[in-house]
Amino acid sequence: MKKLLFAMAASAAAIAFAGTAEAKVKACYIYVGPVGDFGWSYQHDQGRLAVEEAMGDEVETAYLESVPEGPDAERAMERFARSGCNIVFATSFGYMEQINAVAGKFPDVKFEHATGYKRDHPNVSTYGSKFYQGRYIQGQIAASISKAGVAGYIASVPIPEVVRGINSFMLGAQSVNPDFSVKVVWVNEWFNPGKESDAAKALIDQGADIITQHTDSTAPMQVAAERGVKAFGQASDMIKFGPETQLTAVVDNWAPYYIERVKAVADGTWEQIDVWHGMAEGNVVMAPYKNMPDDVKAKAEETQAAITSGEFEPFTGPITKQDGTEWLKEGEKADIGTLLGLNFYVKGVDDKLPN
Amino acid sequence: MLENILLTIATAATPLLLAAIGELVVERSGVLNLGVEGIMIMGAVTGFAVSLSTGNPWLGLIAATIAGALFSQLFAFLVITIATNQVATGLSLTLLGIGLSGMIGESFVGQPGVKLPTLDIPILSDLPVVGKLLFAQDPLFYLSIVLVFAVMWFLFRTRTGLTLRSIGDNHTSAHALGISVHKYRYFAVMFGGACGGMAGAHLTLVYTSQWIENMSAGRGWIALALVVFASWRPLRVLLGAYLFGAITIVQLHIQATNLRDLESLPAPLYWLAEIVKSIPSQFLSSLPYLATILVLVIISSNRRLTLINTPASLGRPFVPDR
Repeated sequence: MKKLLFAMAASAAAIAFAGTAEAKVKACYIYVGPVGDFGWSYQHDQGRLAVEEAMGDEVETAYLESVPEGPDAERAMERFARSGCNIVFATSFGYMEQINAVAGKFPDVKFEHATGYKRDHPNVSTYGSKFYQGRYIQGQIAASISKAGVAGYIASVPIPEVVRGINSFMLGAQSVNPDFSVKVVWVNEWFNPGKESDAAKALIDQGADIITQHTDSTAPMQVAAERGVKAFGQASDMIKFGPETQLTAVVDNWAPYYIERVKAVADGTWEQIDVWHGMAEGNVVMAPYKNMPDDVKAKAEETQAAITSGEFEPFTGPITKQDGTEWLKEGEKADIGTLLGLNFYVKGVDDKLPN
Repeated sequence: MLENILLTIATAATPLLLAAIGELVVERSGVLNLGVEGIMIMGAVTGFAVSLSTGNPWLGLIAATIAGALFSQLFAFLVITIATNQVATGLSLTLLGIGLSGMIGESFVGQPGVKLPTLDIPILSDLPVVGKLLFAQDPLFYLSIVLVFAVMWFLFRTRTGLTLRSIGDNHTSAHALGISVHKYRYFAVMFGGACGGMAGAHLTLVYTSQWIENMSAGRGWIALALVVFASWRPLRVLLGAYLFGAITIVQLHIQATNLRDLESLPAPLYWLAEIVKSIPSQFLSSLPYLATILVLVIISSNRRLTLINTPASLGRPFVPDR
């Protein structure tokens, strides 16, 4: 019943149209959470606003927020396709089946799926972001400043993107302290401030003195601030919620990509692509390094520069899988296919990966 | 650590308990209000907005309580005076609450809020383990416990409570006896609304001091389920809410405990830990729901007693002159 309600709420109440000017291109966005989550969906909406700013009268945008993953999303996308959207951005992994189903029915509408990998029709593109690059730096920072040698990781749902983040964080931490320990708690939701703060409390009570999250609300940051431990922000710069707590945050900057793609539709040059941008393209940005000693900050900046220039890549061998078997040989880089479908942990992660 | 775990459990249980004890009184009067979630979220946004604007969380709490009570009167008017379908009206109240609160709260998103201070009772709060849990809590914790006993006393020890229950059981007979069914129901719904508003205030003033759209995240529905599974008995609602809270927190602790922390344990215990740790986290996440339902079903397995407790007029509109 709850799901049904949210679906009704999403389609009935939460529709919002922005920009009334006479427009040539209509770009439409589907968000998994509320725009005001100050995390994931918020950043996508910032990207939408950047498109409006950059293209002015040439573009009209619309969005639907809090659209549940699954069958309800299909209705939302169909509705957009019928209402004259030229390009639809679906911004969560769980929309994968639906976007491909709808794209088949509306060959003239362009569809873009964030963090997905399935492109069944020529009008479906997928785009992603190498957030894991930022998480490697977070791991390094965590291992450098943690007194307990233990970090708490609040994970959302077991999809490759989240697993990649955990692995990358672990590799970064191990590069500083090979014995570093990460405690992973899955809340199985993207957005539930209460549950996220409970998870943060549990992790801190169990000895973690660094909190990092892959869920979308600012609640864990606030708990960390109250309990006097340090934390990393997620998706957005959350410094406001923990001025003395946030070390840095992996900030998603979708603006360049969204502007490029909507312009391509306007110019008629849109083509199916599959991109995975990272620090080099400006898609992954680190919030200012704060609340840490200068040498840790210097090291973080050094790693960031190396990743941006392409000189260093977190998933570079030697890397051993959790079960002890070899994944990557010395100097070998992970191929994109494996990374996109990552479903195993690296050595040292003390958690059983849920299916 | 145990002390901290107990504290976290109480924090998780309190909003459920507040909303559920209010709804229990509403349902005992024969009205089914499925709008708890909507009332709660309205309380949450009002509490946050008022405490942030005035800088005083107490004013926020009072405003949230009033907002919940007023918002519920919209429902009361529709289902009691106009006798609309209670299920449909309750659902719309939830939808309205979620939408309206999102709109009202738009400018408050992303602002760090104010917290309700804890009320420390000197000396007693220094007791080991239970000291902090029982005597150094937020005011809503104390209130929620007091309310459970107050509602018990009211329903089963006062004449007004008896009248209220009789209306819930058979509104036609109560009406024939000259009791104003409508008046009682209006007050019951208002009480439920006030409790729901307070539960919402707990979310923004105690649980997490921030406002985010839709942050009640289904807690209103859990409260509703607790009332049914507790077979409309206040003490069972208390038990249910704490059981739910406890399993929610304990499963997080199970996940947070790494096997390598337990290596010093004797072998049989370590094997046990290994088995527990191999349970998928999705199952652990659903455990609070499963366990609470299971326990409450077991304790209410006496069918006769459950039937006696179920308000017979629950959800049925009452139109005296038709």
